[in-house]
Amino acid sequence: MKIDALWLRANVIKAVRNFFWERGFLEVETPLLIPANAPEEHINPVVTLPSAWQLQTSPEICMKRLLCNGHQRVFQISRCWRADERGSRHLSEFTMLEWYRANADYHTLMTDCEELLQYVATSCLPNDRYFSRNSVKIDPFAPWLRISVQEAFFRFGQVNVCDCIKEGRYEEILTAVIEPAISQYSTPVILIDYPVELAALARTKPENRESAERFELYLGGLELANGFSELTDPVEQRARFEAANRMRRGFGQPELPLPEPFLNSLGAMPESAGIAMGIDRLVMLAAGAEAIDDVVAFTPEDL
Amino acid sequence: MYSVADLKKGLKITLDGDPYLVVAFDFVKPGKGQALYRTKMRNMINGTLLDRTYRSGETFEPASLEERQMEYLYKEGDHYTFMDQQTYEQVVMEEETLGDAKNYLLENLKAEVMLFGEKAIGISLPNFVNLRVTATEQWAKGDTSGNDSKPATVETGYVLRVPPFIEEGELIVIDTRTGEYSTRVKG
Repeated sequence: MKIDALWLRANVIKAVRNFFWERGFLEVETPLLIPANAPEEHINPVVTLPSAWQLQTSPEICMKRLLCNGHQRVFQISRCWRADERGSRHLSEFTMLEWYRANADYHTLMTDCEELLQYVATSCLPNDRYFSRNSVKIDPFAPWLRISVQEAFFRFGQVNVCDCIKEGRYEEILTAVIEPAISQYSTPVILIDYPVELAALARTKPENRESAERFELYLGGLELANGFSELTDPVEQRARFEAANRMRRGFGQPELPLPEPFLNSLGAMPESAGIAMGIDRLVMLAAGAEAIDDVVAFTPEDL
Repeated sequence: MYSVADLKKGLKITLDGDPYLVVAFDFVKPGKGQALYRTKMRNMINGTLLDRTYRSGETFEPASLEERQMEYLYKEGDHYTFMDQQTYEQVVMEEETLGDAKNYLLENLKAEVMLFGEKAIGISLPNFVNLRVTATEQWAKGDTSGNDSKPATVETGYVLRVPPFIEEGELIVIDTRTGEYSTRVKG
C-alpha cells in the first residue's frame, strides 16, 4: 500500500513538473530558510536558532521577487513548514507547489488548475481518470462548479459570510457546513471572491473594495489550492502585514518581522497572479487516501 | 494542564467535573484561517459521547484516575460498598455504574476499582469467578429433547445457561467478560 502510494506520489510530481515545463514555466529553487515570511494572522513559522531566521511557510515572498526581477512564469515544488499543524490533512512539514504568472489575473490561474488536474489525471490515473475522496469520485473533465464565497455561505449555510467573520464563526461554518456540502460534488469546486479580511496578499476587485480576487479549489471537500490576483501596492501591503501583526498581538501570538526587501521591491512587480497547491493533498486525491499519513514516506511520529 | 495541541486519542481529561476519554481527534485549518481542534469524547462515568470543537489557546485539566485493588463488602439497596485493604478506606458504587459486574459480586471478591478523585467510576473483575449453583432443575436421564443447556441460578442471584449435568450445590466457573458458563469446579 505504502509502496504504491510512493510510486503514485513520484508520478504525480513528475506529471506536475512536465505540465509546467511544457508550458514554458521556469522551475526555480528559492531559499527555504529566510529572515521573514509574509506575516499572517493564523500561520506560525518554525523559527530556527541561533539566527532567528524562519523556515518558509510558503515560497511566495521569493517567488514574487522573481516577478519583480522580470521573470514572467515561474513554478516551484518545495518543502514548507508551519508550526503545530498536524491532523489527518496536515503535516507541519509538507510539500507545496506554487506558480506565478506576470500580466495575468486569477481567472488565468483557474484555467491552469483545470488543465493541470486533467493532465495529472491523464498521466497518473490512466484507468478511470477520476480523483476520489471518501468514496466520492471527482471528474476533472466535467465542468467545474464556480461559486462565490458569499453565495456558498448563503446557499449551503443560510448565513451571511460577513456576519460569520464578525462573530468569529467563519472557520466553524466553513468546515462544519460548507466543506461537507461541497464534498458531495462529483466535480472540482472553486470558491471565488473572498471578503477582503480573508485575503492578506490579494488584490481587491475594482468594482468592490470589500471583495478580493482570491479563490480556493476543493475536491471532495478537501482544500487543494489557494490562488489570487496579487496585491502590488507596497503601501497597502505593509498596512495589511501590520494589521495581521495587530491581530496576532490581540490573541497573544508573537508579532512577526516584516519582509522588508520584498516590500521594497513590490513597486516593481507587474500585475500578476500566483497560487499554492498542496502536493501531498493532490496525491491523497489521486490515491483516494483518507489521511495525509498514507502518501508520505514518513510522518513526524515515525521519526 | 494540557493545551489543545496536546489533545490526542486516548487522552483523559476533566470536563464539567467529569472524566472524559478522547476517542477521536482531528486538527482542521481552513485556508489561512484559524485552527480548529475537533474532538469526540466519551464520558467515563455514563458512557455518553460528546462532540466538541476547540480553538488554539484553550486548556484542559487532566483527569486524575487511579485503579486500586479493593474488596467487595456488602450491598445496601442500589449501593455496593468496597474497601481498600491497605488503607481500610471505603467507597460506594451505584448499581448503574457497576453494570454486569453486579452479577458476579460475592462478599470478599477482590477487584480493580477505578477512582476519579474520591468517586468510584468503574470496576474490572477477574476474567473468571467461581460461583455456587443455588437452583437448577434436575436433568432427566434419557432426555431426548436435544436441549444441551438449562437455566441455573447462582448465589449472587444471576441466572445463566449451564450444561444439563450441572447440579444444585455445584461450584462453576463463569467468564465475567461474556457472562457465560465456562467449566465445572471438581471436588
